[in-house]
Formats: sequence, C-alpha cells, structure tokens
Amino acid sequence: MDITTLTASVDTFWILITGALVFFMQAGFALVEAGFTRSKNTTNILFKNLMDFCIGTVVFWLVGYGIMFGAGTGFFGAFEPFSEVNHAPAGIPNMAFFFFQLVFAATAATIVSGAMAERTKFSSYLIYSAVITLIIYPISGHWVWGGGWLASLETPFVDFAGSTVVHSAGGWLAMAGALVLGPRIGKYKNGKINAIPGHSITLAALGVFILWLGWFGFNPGSTLGFGDAGLVAKIFVTTNAAAAAGAIATLITTWVRYGKPGLSMTLNGVLAGLVAITAGCHAVTPAGAVMIGAIAGVLVVFAVEFFDKVLKIDDPVGAISVHGVCGAFGTLAVGLFATEGGLFNGGGAALLTSQAIGVASVFAWAFGVGLVLFLTIKYTIGLRVSAKEEENGLDYYEHGEKAYN
Amino acid sequence: MKKIEAIIRKSVFEDVTEALHAVGIDFFTYWDVIGVGNEKAGNMIFRATVYETRLIERRVISFVCRDKFVDAATEAIVNSAKTGEMGDGKIFISTIDESVRIRTGEKGPESLYIKE
Repeated sequence: MDITTLTASVDTFWILITGALVFFMQAGFALVEAGFTRSKNTTNILFKNLMDFCIGTVVFWLVGYGIMFGAGTGFFGAFEPFSEVNHAPAGIPNMAFFFFQLVFAATAATIVSGAMAERTKFSSYLIYSAVITLIIYPISGHWVWGGGWLASLETPFVDFAGSTVVHSAGGWLAMAGALVLGPRIGKYKNGKINAIPGHSITLAALGVFILWLGWFGFNPGSTLGFGDAGLVAKIFVTTNAAAAAGAIATLITTWVRYGKPGLSMTLNGVLAGLVAITAGCHAVTPAGAVMIGAIAGVLVVFAVEFFDKVLKIDDPVGAISVHGVCGAFGTLAVGLFATEGGLFNGGGAALLTSQAIGVASVFAWAFGVGLVLFLTIKYTIGLRVSAKEEENGLDYYEHGEKAYN
Repeated sequence: MKKIEAIIRKSVFEDVTEALHAVGIDFFTYWDVIGVGNEKAGNMIFRATVYETRLIERRVISFVCRDKFVDAATEAIVNSAKTGEMGDGKIFISTIDESVRIRTGEKGPESLYIKE
C-alpha cells in the first residue's frame, strides 16, 4: 500500500468513526429531552427523536445533500437526487463525506423537538422534521459549507463545525415552532410563571454526558482528516475546555442568583459551552476556549430567563437558549478570540463583521422560514394536540403506549 | 369534624387546590389512584399486540375539617372539578370521631390544621 492510499484510508477512517460519535448524539438528545419533560410524554419524545433521524436519513439522501453541496448559485446548491455526485474533499470517498454530513443534518433537526415537547402533534412533527432536513437546513448550510455566499465574502464567514449552521439554525427553528405552538397548559396561569419540572434528572444527566462524548466527534471530526494530528488534538482540548468552563460558569451563576447550585441548569451550561466553541474550536487557544465557554455558561442562564419570563416562549428543555443564543454567541466569538483575525488578537473587525453577517442572515432564514412552515402546518393539519390529550399525556392518546408501566 | 374525600381528574388538581385555598382549606393530602370502570379508556398497544384497558387514572384528595367548612369546601370542589363530561369524580363526606395532634396532645377540632 503506498503512502497516499494509506493517508486517505486514515482520513476516511477518522471521518467515519467521528460520524458514528455524532450519530450517538441522537441518544444524548433523546435522553436530555425525555428527562426534562414529564413521564406522561416520554414515549412520545423518544419516538420523535428516533423518527427525525430516520426521516432525515432518507430525505437528506434524496435531495438535501445536493442542495447543500452541489455547485449552484451562492444561495442554492443543485438538485441532485440520491447523492450520486461526489462532493467529498480529495481522497475521501463520497459515501464517507455523505454519511458525516447526514449525521450533522439530523442533529439540526432533532434540536427542534425539545422546545416543542409535550404538546406537538406527532404527525405534524414528522412533516416539519422532513421539511427541515429536506430544504431548510441544506440551503443555509450551502451558504457556509457548500461554497455559498457566506463562504465567498471578502473575509469569509467562519463556522468550523456548525455553531451557526447546525445549532443556531436548529435553535431559531425551535423558537419559531415554540412561538407558533404556544406554551404548555399550566405554564402561564393567572399571570404567574410556573415551573414544570422534568421527570428524571438521571436521564438528563446521562444524556448530557453522551452529548459531550458525541462532541468529540462533532468538532474534531470536522477536520475531515487526520493529516494534521496536532489540530485534531487541539480541538479535543478546546472543545472539552469550553464544556467544563460553561458548567462552572453556570454553576456559579445559579448559585449566586437562586441561592442554590442547580444541576438542571448546569447541565444546560455544559451544552452551552459545547455549542459556543463549535464554530471556533480550531481557531482559538485553550484559554480562548475557556473564555468562550464561561461566557456561554452565564449567557445561557439569562437567555433561559428571558425566553421564559419576558418573551413568554415555553421551551421545556432550553433548546432556544442553548442552541440558538449560544450558537450565535459562539460564532461571533470567533471574530473576537481567533488567533488569526480575531479582534482581541489584533486582527481588526473584518472577521467579526463577517461573523455578524452570517449570524444575522441564518437567523433571518431559519426563523423566517420556520414561521412560514409552522403557521402553514397550524392552519392546515394542526400543530397541537387537544387540551385533553395534553393533560392526560401524549403517550396515552397518541401512541397507546406508556413509557413506564 | 368531617372528613372530605374527593376523587377528581388529575387535570383539574391545580384548580381544585386554588378553590380550596379560597375557602380556607390550606392543608390536604392527595394520592394518585387507578380505578377500574365499565367505560373503556381506549386501546393500548405493546409491540404488535393491541389490548383494551379499563384502567382510569384519577387523583384522590382528602382532609379533615370543622363541620362549618363542609358546605363551602364541597361547593369549591364541585365548581372547580366539573368539566361536564362523564368521569368528573365524586366527593365522600364522613364524620370523624376523634383527632389528636401528636406534637402537643391537643384533641378534637383544636388539633386540626385547619383552624377557626
């Protein structure tokens, strides 16, 4: 075996194994969302997490991959059904690159289910989940990763592993969905804001650990090769540092603000750090990663309060704050903390400006199209279950199958 | 002293709690129960097997109060627990012979949580 073949094999192996880790994040999301919601809706939320991956697999293969990576305009890729065309970097088999992109697309889709948990009709969920992976995610993904207009700015927009492309897009879609759907019964009553505690912190904690592990595929795998082993190792360190710093910052914030250290919020703090570092994990120092994670850990607490108390958008698991807000912050932070081009490292404001353009345009796209999608579903087949179904649990009425017997 | 025990829908629990608060009943005990009725509750599925269930989930609330609270409390429960559909539940009222507060040894109505 000559050295070129060997190198390509190592790179491919790396992409496939990290792709498998990213796939396992589905398990993490499923457990976090199940744990943070009530036991009467557990079958339903697990089922949604299972099916969005399965539907995502089919539709991303159908056209999503082509729309995202096909050579088209700056706005839209190409219509290439069944992903026949090779879009992989040189030396990597198309199938490996396709699989890696597929598990990322499914991650964006699965974020939405958490914010809309405990009240969304199952059939409507299947439809919007398909639309997200079919067109919404691939189009904004094309702008950044498919050679679209954001990648072609004078100072190109930087989103290494998807703070904006995957997480913010998912978070803003979730925001549109939760807004159109309305709060759960009992969340806002007689002017009072009620907490609706989830049924298992145990499941939620396991889910967060699994997501943290999965992120060691999500970020280091986005190198799309093992040629620069030092870079891969650095991304492990920055990713891990941001998660840990996020948790510590959230711990302190909740302790000071609520008088007690809160685990359910600190679990969100881990995810906040991970989401935030995703865009710049390759471009910042470990110290920069600690800063980004720590700021995200504080930001997520205030974001959760803001959506809960000011905007009154009911988000049972905090998906909008973790993925939308911290994803946007992490993307902007690249413009501040990047060792090359970052404002704090003497790089001027050009990168920060590009980052802001990217964050704003993906917000406008995901939130805007999300509103159209969810309103269309609401006024055609209906988005929400009946009050009776909601109060007695979606497991019983929608599935006739309870999680706990 | 009377004991009031009401079987209600879980979904109206918060409304009943508030209604009882409003008439001075601040303390009560509750537990979740499963009843078996004639009314079919619906089909359940486990893997490929469809089965019928007649199990009906409800919540029982229970408290002991002075006689003079009975009418107001009963009315509060009826008004807040009523949806008008079959299965809204029932209220049972019974007489309590004696009551003792363990901490102080007080007996009778004086020992109740629900004071004058």
